[in-house]
Amino acid sequence: MAELQFAAPETVNQAIKILGGAKGKGRILAGGTDLLVQMRSGRIEPGFIVDVKNIPELTEIKKEKNGYRVGAAVSGARLGEHKSVKKKWPGVVEALELIGSTQIQGRASLGGNLCNGSPAADSVPAMIAAGAICKIAGPKGRRTAKVEDIVTGPGKTSLKKGEFIISFLLPEKPKKSSEAYLRLIPRTEMDIAVVGAGVSLTLDNQGICTKARVALGAVAPKPVLVEEAGLILVGSKLDPDTLEKMASACRAACNPIDDMRGTVEYRTKVAGVLATRATQIAAERVRSGR
Amino acid sequence: MTLQNGNGHNGNGHNGSGTSNGYKYVGTRPVRPDGVDKVTGRANFGADISLNGMIYGSVVRSPHAHAKIKKINFDKALKLKGVKAVISGKDFPTLKPSDKLPGVAPLSFYDMSRNVIARDKVLYDGHAIAAVAATTQAIADKAAKLIDVEYKILKPVMTAADAMKEKAPLLHDDLFTEGVDPTPKKASNIAKRTELKLGDPEVAMQSADFIVEGDYSTETVHQGYIEPHACAANFAQDGSVSIWASSQGAFMIRAYTARLCGMSTSKIKVIPAEIGGGFGGKTTIYLEPLALMLAKKSGRPVKMTMSRTEVMRATGPTSGGTAHVKIGAKKDGTLVAGTLELKYEAGAFPGSPVALGCMTGFAPYDLKDVACLGWDVVVNRPKAAAYRAPGAPVAAYAVESAMDELAHKLGIDPLTLRRKNSAKEGTKAVYGVEFDRIGNEDCLQAAQKTKHYNTPLGENQGRGVASGFWFNIGGTSSAEVMINEDGTVIVATGSPDIGGSRASMALMAAEVLGVDVSRIKPLVADTESVPYSDLTGGSRVTFATGKAVIDAAEDAIKDMKRRAAKVWKVDFDQVDWENGSAICIENDEIKPMSVADIAQIAGKTGGAISGKANINVTKGAGPGFGTHICDVEVDPETGRVTVLRYTAIQDVGTAIHPSYVEGQLQGGAAQGIGWALNEEYVYSKEGNLLNTGFLDYRVPVASDLPMIDTVLVEVPNAGHPFGVRGVGETPIVPPLGAVANAVSNAIGKRMTSLPMSPAKILQKIDAG
Repeated sequence: MAELQFAAPETVNQAIKILGGAKGKGRILAGGTDLLVQMRSGRIEPGFIVDVKNIPELTEIKKEKNGYRVGAAVSGARLGEHKSVKKKWPGVVEALELIGSTQIQGRASLGGNLCNGSPAADSVPAMIAAGAICKIAGPKGRRTAKVEDIVTGPGKTSLKKGEFIISFLLPEKPKKSSEAYLRLIPRTEMDIAVVGAGVSLTLDNQGICTKARVALGAVAPKPVLVEEAGLILVGSKLDPDTLEKMASACRAACNPIDDMRGTVEYRTKVAGVLATRATQIAAERVRSGR
Repeated sequence: MTLQNGNGHNGNGHNGSGTSNGYKYVGTRPVRPDGVDKVTGRANFGADISLNGMIYGSVVRSPHAHAKIKKINFDKALKLKGVKAVISGKDFPTLKPSDKLPGVAPLSFYDMSRNVIARDKVLYDGHAIAAVAATTQAIADKAAKLIDVEYKILKPVMTAADAMKEKAPLLHDDLFTEGVDPTPKKASNIAKRTELKLGDPEVAMQSADFIVEGDYSTETVHQGYIEPHACAANFAQDGSVSIWASSQGAFMIRAYTARLCGMSTSKIKVIPAEIGGGFGGKTTIYLEPLALMLAKKSGRPVKMTMSRTEVMRATGPTSGGTAHVKIGAKKDGTLVAGTLELKYEAGAFPGSPVALGCMTGFAPYDLKDVACLGWDVVVNRPKAAAYRAPGAPVAAYAVESAMDELAHKLGIDPLTLRRKNSAKEGTKAVYGVEFDRIGNEDCLQAAQKTKHYNTPLGENQGRGVASGFWFNIGGTSSAEVMINEDGTVIVATGSPDIGGSRASMALMAAEVLGVDVSRIKPLVADTESVPYSDLTGGSRVTFATGKAVIDAAEDAIKDMKRRAAKVWKVDFDQVDWENGSAICIENDEIKPMSVADIAQIAGKTGGAISGKANINVTKGAGPGFGTHICDVEVDPETGRVTVLRYTAIQDVGTAIHPSYVEGQLQGGAAQGIGWALNEEYVYSKEGNLLNTGFLDYRVPVASDLPMIDTVLVEVPNAGHPFGVRGVGETPIVPPLGAVANAVSNAIGKRMTSLPMSPAKILQKIDAG
C-alpha cells in the first residue's frame, strides 16, 4: 500500500516547503468537499495531503484599503455570516452558499471551488463578475492573478507546481453597485450547475448602467467572462432590447458539451435566460439599496 | 367508510381512550419501537456487524456491457500480502435452466447464479466476475484491481427496441421466446410474450365516438434505498454457515444462497440486520453467496459491503419500457374499449415485471372489452429486481395520460371521467379477478372533495390527477407471542420491517391481548428462532403476518385461560377473556386475572406461556386503489418544474398505525415524483453507466417536494380481522401519470417521455 502522508502547517512558508518536498504528489486540503470525495472514489491518489486551515492568512476575512480580502479556505457558512461582505458582494456570497448542503457549507471554500477546476463551479463566475483577484504563493514567491485566468480547462489550472491560492481580493465597488448569481439545476440543492451566470453592475443616478461584468459557468471548458455582454449593458437602462442583445452575446460565448446534465442547445439557451435574470436581480438590488 | 385527513394528526402515543374505529390500540400512533435506536445511531444495519478474525471482500466487476470472459488471472492478486482467498464462477455449482423455484412467476436459479457471478459471459457494466478477501478493505480493493480479466468484447444491446430487432446481437443463445405457439427454435432477446384479454376490444373500439392513442416511454430507474447491500458470512469447521445481512427476507437469503452454493438450507442460519430501505430491491441476493464462498476458502469470517456505485451498476433497478395505449369512449364519457402494449427491459436476464403491468394498467376501470400485450426483453443492463408495485407505474403512466387526454377531448372533469368508469364491487379485471368491495370510487370522490382539487391555479401552473391499483398478497407467515414473567409480551415474526410493521404487529397484539402497546416488544427473529416466513413484499406483512400475530395472540390467550381455569378449578369453557384479563363467566366473585397475574404464577400452572401461529394466507388480501393530485409550475424559459402541491388519496383498509400508513403514501409519492421528473439510468454508447451516484442520479431531496398531503380512505378489508389492506405499493402507481398530466396541462402540450427533465420540457415548449 502506498503510504499517505498528512501535514497541517501553520504558515504559508511551511506549506510551500512541504509541497516542495512532496514532489508533485501533494494536494492542498481546504474543506475537502471535492478532494476527499475524489480520493474515496479512487479518482485521485495523492501521496501527501497538506491541510491549510491552520494558516491564518487562508482563513481570515479582512477589510483592506481596496476592498475585502477573503482567505481561500474560508467556509461558505462563515462568509455567509459576514454582513459587510454579503452586502457588497451578494453574488459571490450567494454563489458560494449554493454549494452542497448545510453540512458541506461548514467546509466548502472559494479557494477549493476554484482550484478544483470545474467548469461548473458556482462561485467562480460570481468571482469573475466581481473582478476578484487571487493572491498566490509558491516556491518562487508570491504573485497575483485574476480569477478568470486560473482555470484553463476541466480539472486544470494555471497554478504552477507547488503553488496554491492564499486569498482573494474582492475589489471595492463604486456606490450604486450590486451583483447576482443564478444557476440552473433540476433539483433545488445538492446538485451541479447545468448553467451558471454571474453579473456585477453599477448604475448612475439616472439608472443608466456605467459598469458591468457578466460571467458564465458550465457552458464552456472553463468559466468564461463574457466581456461583450458587459459592454452591451453599459450605457443602457437595462431595457428589454438591451437585455435581449446581452443574452445573445452570452449565447454566442457558449461552447458547451452535451452530457447527462444538459444538451448544447439547452445550455446555450438557458445561459441567456439566466444572465438576463441575474442582471435584473442585480439592478433591483441597486435600486432597492439591498 | 371513514376518512382521515393525514395532516391534522401530529400526536405521538395513543391516548388510551380508543379511536373512532372502536378499537383501543388499532388506529393509534405510538412511537415506533425501532425509532430510538435509529435516530440515535445505535441500530445495527447490514454493514455494522463485526466478527472475530473477520476479513473483507471486494468484487471485480465488468467494465464492459457485453463480453465473453476469455481468461481470469489471479496471480498478481494472490501475491499481495494480506490476500486470503479469491473466487470466480468456477467455485460455484453449475445450475441448469430447469433449476427454478416454482410459482406464478417461477424464479430461475440458473439466471440468479449467473447474475451473482458471471460464468463465461458478462452481460452488463458492473456484472460481478470474481471476488477477493483480504485482511483489510484497502488490500481487498487493491487485489481486486490486480485480478486480470481478458475479454472478447461484444456489441451491447441497450434498449428493448434494439434488442427486438431481427439481427440484434443475442445475450443468451439458449433463450427462446415463451408464450408463443409453437415455441420458436431460434434464440431471441424476447424472453416472453404475455397477452390478457376480456371481450373483444377491436370490435368494441368501433363503437367509440372518441379515441385517444399514444406512445409513452420511460427509462430504467433504481429503488434508491439509502443502505447499500452488505453482509457478513461465517463458515464453521462443521460446515454450518451463519450470514448476517440486511434484506427483505432472512429465509429468502437462506434458501437462495443454499441453492446457489449447492448446500442444504438447514446448514445456513441467517440473522437479519436492521434494514435501511429495500422497496423490493432487497428481495434477492447479490453478495451473500460470494461472502459464503470466500469464508469457506479463507477459513475466516468475511464481510462484504457495496459502494453506491456498485449498488447502481449491479443491483436493483426496475425496467424502463415503452407503452402504446388506445382508449375509446362514447360522447358521454363511457369507456367502450382499451388496449395496451408494453415492452419492458428485463435487464440481462428474463423477468421484467411486464405481465404485472398488463394486469394493472386498466384495473381502476370498468372495461368489458380490454386487451393488454406485454413483451419481456433482455438487454445489457443490470437484471431488474422488484421495485414497489413492480410493473404497474409505467402501465398506469400510459393509461392515466390517455385518460387525461380523453377528459380534455370530451370536456369532462378528469376525476368525473374516472368516477363514471371506475371499477367497483363485481367488476371483472382483465386478469380475471372479480373485485370485492373496493375503495376505488371512494378515493375519486374524496379527491374531488379535497381543498387542493378546488383551489384555482396561477400562470404557468398545471394540475394532474391519476389513479393506480395494486393487488396486495398474503402468503406464508409465522408468529410467536411470548409472555414474559412480568406480563410484558414479545411478538416474534420472521418478517423484516421495511415500513413500520413492527409497530403494527405490536398494535394488533395489544388489541387482541388487551395489553398496553408499550408493554409489547415486537422483533424480527432469525431463521432458527421462528418458523419459515415468506419475504417482506407484495404489501403482505401487516396483512398476512399481522394475521399470524393475531392468531398467535389468540393462542396465547387460550393458554392463559387454561392457566386461570386451573387456578380457579373451573372448566376451561367457564373462562372468558376481557380487557386483558381472564374472567370467570359464572362466578363474578372470582377476581379476574390480568396477563401479569397469570404470568407471575406461570411456573406453578405448567411453565412458560406462549402462543404461536404458522399460516399460509391464500385468500382475502384486499386490493389497493389510490388517486393522486399534483400541482406544478413550469418555468417557461428553462423548462424547470416545481412541484407546488401534492395530495395522495388511498383506500388503506383499516389503518393500524395511521402515521406509518401516511408515511407509505408520502414515500411512494416522493419516489414516483422522482421517477417522473429526474431519475434515469444514463448509459454511454458503449453501454457504461454514467451516473452511478446520487449526484447525477437525481432522487428528490427534501427541499424538492412540498408537504405531501394524505387522505386515508378506510374501507375495511373483509378478509382480515381488523380490516387490513396492504398499503405500501399502491402509492407509487399514480404519481408518474399525475405529474406528467400536471406538466402537460401547465405547458399545454402532452409530455410522453419520462423523466421530464428541464431540457426535455423546454424542447417541447419550443417545438411550437
